Amino acid sequence: MYRTPEGKDIFVVDGHTHFWDGSPENQKNIHGKQFIECFYAYHTGLSPKEQLWEKSKFEKYSADDLYRDLFIDGPDDVAIVQSTYLKDFYKNGFNTIERNAEVAKRYPERFIVNGAFDPRDGEKALEYIHFLKETYNVKGVKMYTAEWNGASKGWKLTDPDAYKCFELCDKLGIRNIHVHKGPTIIPLSKDAFDVHDVDHAATDFQNLNWIVEHCGLPRLDDFCWIATQETNVYGGLAVALPFIHSRPRYFGEVIAELLFWLGPEKILFGSDYAIWTPRWLVEKFWAYQIPEDIAAERGVQLTDEIKEKILGLNAARLYNIDVEAKKKALASSPFSIAAE
Amino acid sequence: MATANVSGDCQKELWRRLGEVNDPELDEPITEMGFVERADVTGDGSVDVDFRLPTYWCSPNFAFLMLDGVRKALDQLSWSPAYRVKLHDHMFADEVNRGMAEGKTFGDIFAVLAEDQDLGALRETFAMKAFKRRQEAVLRGLKANGLTNREIVGMDLPAYDVARFEPGEAAKQKPRYRAALLERFPDRRVDDSVFVTWEGLPIPPDALGAHLAELRGVRINMEFNGALCRGLKQTRYKELDVVDGEPTLVDFILDRVPARAAPTA
Repeated sequence: MYRTPEGKDIFVVDGHTHFWDGSPENQKNIHGKQFIECFYAYHTGLSPKEQLWEKSKFEKYSADDLYRDLFIDGPDDVAIVQSTYLKDFYKNGFNTIERNAEVAKRYPERFIVNGAFDPRDGEKALEYIHFLKETYNVKGVKMYTAEWNGASKGWKLTDPDAYKCFELCDKLGIRNIHVHKGPTIIPLSKDAFDVHDVDHAATDFQNLNWIVEHCGLPRLDDFCWIATQETNVYGGLAVALPFIHSRPRYFGEVIAELLFWLGPEKILFGSDYAIWTPRWLVEKFWAYQIPEDIAAERGVQLTDEIKEKILGLNAARLYNIDVEAKKKALASSPFSIAAE
Repeated sequence: MATANVSGDCQKELWRRLGEVNDPELDEPITEMGFVERADVTGDGSVDVDFRLPTYWCSPNFAFLMLDGVRKALDQLSWSPAYRVKLHDHMFADEVNRGMAEGKTFGDIFAVLAEDQDLGALRETFAMKAFKRRQEAVLRGLKANGLTNREIVGMDLPAYDVARFEPGEAAKQKPRYRAALLERFPDRRVDDSVFVTWEGLPIPPDALGAHLAELRGVRINMEFNGALCRGLKQTRYKELDVVDGEPTLVDFILDRVPARAAPTA
């Protein structure tokens, strides 16, 4: 719960968090080392200085760190914890669902654990989706289209194998498909973070919600266009939001575009923990106003009501969280973490 | 001392030429982005360039476009030196360095991995984005100067050339937009409007607002990459944020201080 300076309580769903192990012991090769270093560079590049972590903690933090940063020092009521396997880079995977489910077990009211699968695994992927549903009752999955798999350096949501997986998700009621569409990195020949495949998949799977993480940045214009056409496409603010600190005017331009094209119902807060921690993000977001000239040009405002939707109510709708019931349940289950 | 002066002049020319190479995705000079880690003219006049990108993962086709730009820039040096260009700490550094040394094309270097790569189309896309980003900055500058939409879209090249801006983005982009315009429309007449769409269509005065909104979208994307790249590069290069001449706590946390003194092998 975030209590505003005016004393209002705001329900917060953090749509994008991780519990990873990027430590040297778990790194399989140079790619694993470089992957966590790249994340760390995001952390150091966009965090306020007083929020910086040491590298060793960033590589592998404890469950207690996570609880404290999200729920005790942090304002999150519910955190959606995403799974990203990267088994070509990390011996035990980067943040597998087993690891996530374990950390979530202590506070089941607080966590939504999402799975992940790789359509390129064919039949095995389908079996795995059944396993995810039966074992963890997942409500959502995280898709990482740039992930390597043997000779393949990426895939598209519209690949025939992917469609088979989404058909199964639809059938099993796994409704929320989070898709990582972010900054340009590998692979070589195809831009696996291109957003146009979302357009087709969202049209063909109307029952599923497509949450495009990082709003497709740096392809915001393409993303906005698609999300305007498709009623079931949403934008996750992870990575876009930290600019609120380092480049507030720029963040104003981004959020104004999103509000103009998508409207306030389809934007979701996400900290991308542990790249960033939610407290400072939520505090700054609540205090933020879009610069006047930008707001005027686009005819949009970031009101308190809209902020409340973005911070929690929109995600609650997608994940069928009864906000009032959840508030009561959380109020009656206090926290305890190990003393340090 | 004559030798030293000659070598100093060469050094200046080298950096000037390198400064003409842009990061295609960001439309900013590679020297300003700090990607050129070292560029030296050695005793015998040959040139050594060390190149490093913000992350190990930077898209190899972008890396190649920049290195190809560096190669072309070095070919234009007045003393026609032998040169060596090396890409550091990139996931495909070995492949790229070997291929560059052998004068191969991107397609040759990455034949296996990049079946459907069309760098020509990619270059064209980047040229379009650069054109739009530069145009937006100048248009916003002219609006800030108080010109009406009609005055702006009716402006010809002689009028453009005498326009003045306060120091800032518009002033910086003015000559860069001029260059992009002439490259895009080499056959344009001198009294044609300076502000047309990438397709060469005129912009009616009452459509300038919508046109600017579209250009803003292009810039938002490019700035996102630019800001991330600067952030990542700063961390990766372990640059020292010096406050009052002393490293800050951050520098120690990030292990920047000892790294600064480490030898560059």
